[in-house]
Amino acid sequence: MLTSKRLILAHFWLAFIVFGVALLLGAWQMLVRSPLVPWISNPEWYYRSLTAHGTVMGYAFPTLIAMGFGYAISESALGQPLVGRRWAWLGFGLIVVGAVMALVPVALGLASVLYTFYPPMIGSPFYYIGVVLVVVGSWIWVALMSINLAIWKRANPGKPVPLAMFANVAGSYLWAWTAVGAALELLLQIIPVALELSSTIDAGLARVFFSWTLHAIVYFWLFPTYIAYYTIVPRAIGGKVYSDTMARIAFVLFLVVSMPIGIHHSFMDPEVGAGFKFLHSAFTALVALPTLITVFTICASVEIAARLRGGRGLFGWVTALPWSNPIMLAVAFSFVMLGFGGAGGLINMNYQFDATIHNTQWITGHFHLIFGGAIVIMYFAIAYDLWPHLTGRTLASLRLMRLQLWLWFIGMIVTTFPWHWVGILGMPRRMAYFDYTNPALAVDAFSVILSVIGGFILVVSGILFFVVLLRGQTAPQTDSGPYRFATAVHPPVTVPAALNGYALWVGLMIGLTITNYGYPIAQLALRPGTAVPAVYVGGQR
Amino acid sequence: MTATSSSSSPGGGDHDGAELSARIERRWATLSVAIVVLFTAVAAFAGIHQAVMPQARVETINPTTLHLSGEFVESNLGSAVESDGSVTVRAIAQQYSFVPQCLVVPTDTPITIRATSPDVVHGLIIMGTNVNTMLVPGYISSLPMRFDRPGEHLMPCQEYCGVGHEGMWAKVKVIDKAAFHKLAADKRRLSCVDE
Repeated sequence: MLTSKRLILAHFWLAFIVFGVALLLGAWQMLVRSPLVPWISNPEWYYRSLTAHGTVMGYAFPTLIAMGFGYAISESALGQPLVGRRWAWLGFGLIVVGAVMALVPVALGLASVLYTFYPPMIGSPFYYIGVVLVVVGSWIWVALMSINLAIWKRANPGKPVPLAMFANVAGSYLWAWTAVGAALELLLQIIPVALELSSTIDAGLARVFFSWTLHAIVYFWLFPTYIAYYTIVPRAIGGKVYSDTMARIAFVLFLVVSMPIGIHHSFMDPEVGAGFKFLHSAFTALVALPTLITVFTICASVEIAARLRGGRGLFGWVTALPWSNPIMLAVAFSFVMLGFGGAGGLINMNYQFDATIHNTQWITGHFHLIFGGAIVIMYFAIAYDLWPHLTGRTLASLRLMRLQLWLWFIGMIVTTFPWHWVGILGMPRRMAYFDYTNPALAVDAFSVILSVIGGFILVVSGILFFVVLLRGQTAPQTDSGPYRFATAVHPPVTVPAALNGYALWVGLMIGLTITNYGYPIAQLALRPGTAVPAVYVGGQR
Repeated sequence: MTATSSSSSPGGGDHDGAELSARIERRWATLSVAIVVLFTAVAAFAGIHQAVMPQARVETINPTTLHLSGEFVESNLGSAVESDGSVTVRAIAQQYSFVPQCLVVPTDTPITIRATSPDVVHGLIIMGTNVNTMLVPGYISSLPMRFDRPGEHLMPCQEYCGVGHEGMWAKVKVIDKAAFHKLAADKRRLSCVDE
């Protein structure tokens, strides 16, 4: 039963509107640094755009999706109206205010520091305070998810928590804890300097704080997608979840092992010793585990659907799948991109390979393929699946949906594959301009042009997405019935306490963070003589 | 778009479907763990056996005074021949250039590059090689390298360091070992900036 429809729709609409704007910025950036157009002559515009693109796509868009989807899950999986709806609106309001406060200085060129902050460069304090407000707004959601689950548990003692809600709350705890790293960096280091209360900053410590956030945030982006794999896809294509227990194990593993691995972003950094780099590398390998489990369970669940539809043979069942169903198409595309992106991730996770591609265009290609590809295509699927229940109107244009998903998939492949390639050739990231007349860079020109074409295919797909949603607004009112989630082949009757709550896993998450981060952070914080004067961006103050 | 209701066993028959699926699942989980262990073992082997390891020690330097005294004063930057025949290259990355802008190094020689930054975070990558490091003010990056062939490489800054970042490109010239030592005979520190 969905009672907070306006709240959920507000989150999704804001998420997709800011996504649309950031998508256009991204495509523009690809174009202006390609050989297709004469240079803009002013890198300032490029870096404003890049900061806005990253801030929106990294902080605002996925957070709003996770929140909106989270509220929908809480109401429909638990079968109870959302408790604390006013607080939820307050959280939404904080995100709106925070996003505006952060993006105005970015647009004015007063905070061209990119979404990864990069101290000792310091931008306008309003940028950082705006980002903090976005995070605080999302923490209200974390608290509400926890409270709603507690209320349900009190009313249903001993009953298994529905899988969708179990995963949703796990994702919220992951976010609450992983955001702490960047919050410490902002509150202890950056904001005091931005407000000119202090004038120096330890860049090495800031990088380690940020790495605390930087990896697990990706898994926070991933959570709605994985929830959709397990609880939307099997139902939408007429199948069943192969194993409820394995699904729970995958989600709690994400909670535990996606956190203490962030130093793999700092393999090439001088401020962290080799020992902790190896430790984080080993834990990064471990995070492949829940994904491998998911690949198996989802493929098995999809096979169940195919066999129920009369599919036969070792692989022949694939043809029996409902390929005309957009959700089927989306999950297939998502898996292909997850496969390539995951393989790339296995390359990044060890120091030896990472040395070749660190901070090259390979990395940009990698996270666009995983996040923009595998994850965001499922955000579209979630919207398509949930929309009729929110608006009371059917989304009838299935052909348009399929075209949109095809274009997103093709666009992502055409954008990111050449990106990976030029990265192997050593083309660095975050450059507003490349001199393609240099023979060493001329070899990249063709691949860069391909990427630009991919970027424009993505823009077309993005426009089609809005067309589908807006056309839905003109459809007549219908009753879509209650919003339901997939059930397991063997629905859980009882679940071990460890897989029905979070105490053990949150304990492990915090404990492993302390063992893997405590010493490097303490050492960096206590070591004298490494602080550097702040470099203010955006002109003299 | 609704799930069809079916018996608990998707295979159809009444055989031990649940037990069978649990067994397959366990096998897959075991295989997954084995994959993870293998990857970690390969990384450990490459690190220890082939000595492809990150910088072992964290070295610090005061970024506000490094231009006044010590290893990174301007007259000490560039390539230096050590008593054991190896070469040490010292460089500074600052908004928006490297000092020196052109590094010259010999072929077939163990080389250590030591670099740092006095202002913001930079990085360097020697294109066409796996020489790649961050340069963080307050810390010295030190890594070994070796070139088999003479040639020229671009060495851009690979980390966003401000709006002039896209203009921060240096060069590395790898020259024949004998030619390098001839040049080094009458110069304390070598670079190819003047060429």
